[in-house]
Amino acid sequence: MSLKTFPGGIHPPDSKAYSRNAKIENIPLPQKVVIPLSQHIGAPAKPIVKVGNQVLTGQKIAEAGGFVSIPMHASISGKVTRIANYPHPTGMIAQAIEITSDGEDNWIELSENPDYIKLSVDEIKKKIAEAGICGMGGAGFPTHVKLSPPADKKIDTVILNGVECEPYLTSDYRLMLEYPKQILAGLKLLMKVLGAERGIIGIENNKPDAIRIFHQLTASLSNINVMGLRLKYPQGAEKQLIYATTKRKVPNRGGLPMEVGVVVQNVGTAYAIYEALHMGKPLVERVITVTGKIVKEPKNIRARIGTLFSDLLDFCDGTKEEIGKIISGGPMMGFAIPTLATPMAKGSSGLLFLNRKEAHKVEEHTCLRCGRCVDICPMNLVPSLIANSVRYGDWKMAERYGVMDCMKCGSCAYVCPSHIKLIQWIDIGKLKVTELNTRS
Amino acid sequence: MNETYAVSAAPHIKQRISVKSVMWQVVLALLPALLAGIYFFGPRALLLTLYGAVTAVITEALIQKIRGVPVTITDGSAVVTGILVAFNINAAAPWWLPVIGAFFAIAIAKQIFGGLGHNIFNPALLGRAFLVASWPTLMTAGWTRSTLDSINGLTNLPANIPAVITGATPLGVAKAIRDVTQVSPDIADIIMNKLASMDTIVNLFWGNIGGCIGEVSAAALLIGAAFLAYKHIIEWRIPVSYILTVFVLTYIFGGIHGLFSASIFLPIFHIFAGGLILGAFYMATDMVSSPVTKRGRIIFGMGCGLITVIIRLVGGYPEGVSYSILLMNIAVPLIDKYTVPKTFGEVKK
Repeated sequence: MSLKTFPGGIHPPDSKAYSRNAKIENIPLPQKVVIPLSQHIGAPAKPIVKVGNQVLTGQKIAEAGGFVSIPMHASISGKVTRIANYPHPTGMIAQAIEITSDGEDNWIELSENPDYIKLSVDEIKKKIAEAGICGMGGAGFPTHVKLSPPADKKIDTVILNGVECEPYLTSDYRLMLEYPKQILAGLKLLMKVLGAERGIIGIENNKPDAIRIFHQLTASLSNINVMGLRLKYPQGAEKQLIYATTKRKVPNRGGLPMEVGVVVQNVGTAYAIYEALHMGKPLVERVITVTGKIVKEPKNIRARIGTLFSDLLDFCDGTKEEIGKIISGGPMMGFAIPTLATPMAKGSSGLLFLNRKEAHKVEEHTCLRCGRCVDICPMNLVPSLIANSVRYGDWKMAERYGVMDCMKCGSCAYVCPSHIKLIQWIDIGKLKVTELNTRS
Repeated sequence: MNETYAVSAAPHIKQRISVKSVMWQVVLALLPALLAGIYFFGPRALLLTLYGAVTAVITEALIQKIRGVPVTITDGSAVVTGILVAFNINAAAPWWLPVIGAFFAIAIAKQIFGGLGHNIFNPALLGRAFLVASWPTLMTAGWTRSTLDSINGLTNLPANIPAVITGATPLGVAKAIRDVTQVSPDIADIIMNKLASMDTIVNLFWGNIGGCIGEVSAAALLIGAAFLAYKHIIEWRIPVSYILTVFVLTYIFGGIHGLFSASIFLPIFHIFAGGLILGAFYMATDMVSSPVTKRGRIIFGMGCGLITVIIRLVGGYPEGVSYSILLMNIAVPLIDKYTVPKTFGEVKK
């Protein structure tokens, strides 16, 4: 039987062997954490602590800046030492709260609730919002917003994204192997909140053991399917995963999954929801893969939000050779960042190190019009024509060619024989077209 | 922090592919056809091909020097053009024919437009068109093998066989018999039956015929094409739509007694005779001068097929592959413009 998938896409080497078999390890408490106020899509959180305040682990230190926003919690106990601009895992500079550890890790009182499944839909949503949970696959959309579709949008299917199609990354994979019951509990909560009849867990066939575990766990459940998907990047992209598992197409031009009756959540998010509801735990830690050919001991690490990349690398015993590039996230869509003094955030699934050779800059060549980018674009765009329109400042043409529908998966740039920086051009196009459209 | 790290836009990994690797793989794919040319026409085929390739490379370097742009002769694209020009010449041609053809292809068809990636026309084909226009007799006559030898049974024809048929390529013969003023209907019927036969097709397939250096053996060309397809350097849409169009149209219109009067072997004869295999797999698929959109490639291939058949059946030349591709090259920007694909999940605005 041919496995399900989506049209287009590429097959980069998965490079997961470095960290695939590394069990999730807890990193010792860091001396300080830096908690960005914006770790999600939407308004930044507003600090409710002042420099000098003592805080406990799990204590709220910033409240949601609006409905489409999330609160932040202290991930260690200690003293607030600075509220200032810090490097951000997206490569930008952004406001963050620095907490210096007291070495105690004193937690707030957590209210465990074994009967959490009996809570009302509104109570569950409120607890998810209060726990500061956002999508943990990368984009970081506030979860409670995704769980509050307008009344006229009926959600019949919840899809758990266990695809982890980015090369190198294994944090979701390890979580699925080590905490499958908790993830499943999270899925059931999501289905309850949305009133969805069906749950789907999508996993690519390069993780057969994870597929097997979930098959066993869901064997007696008629409303939850585990789907093995044909290995292909970017299967974990929301629209592509929805198509692969349900054959439904999310409308373009900013259409949302709820328009086809679907909500997608990352397996890590499901795990965080379970912890928030059962243990009463706010989102203060996550699993992150620290990997790369040059990392001495690639690991999957459970670390507190705000842990600095330098601490994570030290825990992996450093690198074997000089670092050429630091990538926050995966190699296809992650951000190259200029300094190790950058903290991890709620959406940080990976930290990848490339050596000088791997980070080598290549020159752009003229477009050969070979059409490889057209053949693989999962959104069915013509990347080369978009890039050309942007290059010559023809913003109208860029928009006509669908620059706003590009999700920047990077597949086109990956296959381009001319090494054209298609995503960079498309990014410029997106900014400019947005600017022009808001002005008019 | 005394170390500095590279910062760039994603993606941070890259497929191992470059313009250079693509072009040299095309050169590799052309080798079987070159070997077939040498086998059928002797070492002179190799010599003429070398003249073409070397001239192309020297011309490219020279003009890039004059233009003051980086010299990129190692990328292999000039070598490809030079070989393809020579492939369109018959092995009995004088040595300066591929030299002038390759010079024209690189200097006029490629570099004047701005070099690789900017040319509107397939450079090798424009070079060939220039040669055909300038030295029509050298280009179309004097095939080194007699067609009559290779088309089984034709040698035993009655003595009243017209001169126009002897020494022509199979397509030349196919063309001549359509002209009732030159060939009487009974002889035309006999020859048509011989052309559209399994024997002839087998000879065409292996290359046991008269023709140009590179287009002689369909088998050798298909080996190279299979390699390019496997390496995702050429894609199926253009060759398949091109060849299918020729097949359908010659089946309908190819017979000499009106619509659908052709045997099923005639369209197959038209696929393997002349330059269609070379054109469909190596010329029409030229990345720079063909459409980038998927639907565009199909329209492009069908257009090439249509023009090829019109020229072969009613035009002034026996063969129409190169002009069909050049004419469709002109239409490429238009085709691209009107075949922008529907975005995944497209909804009306």
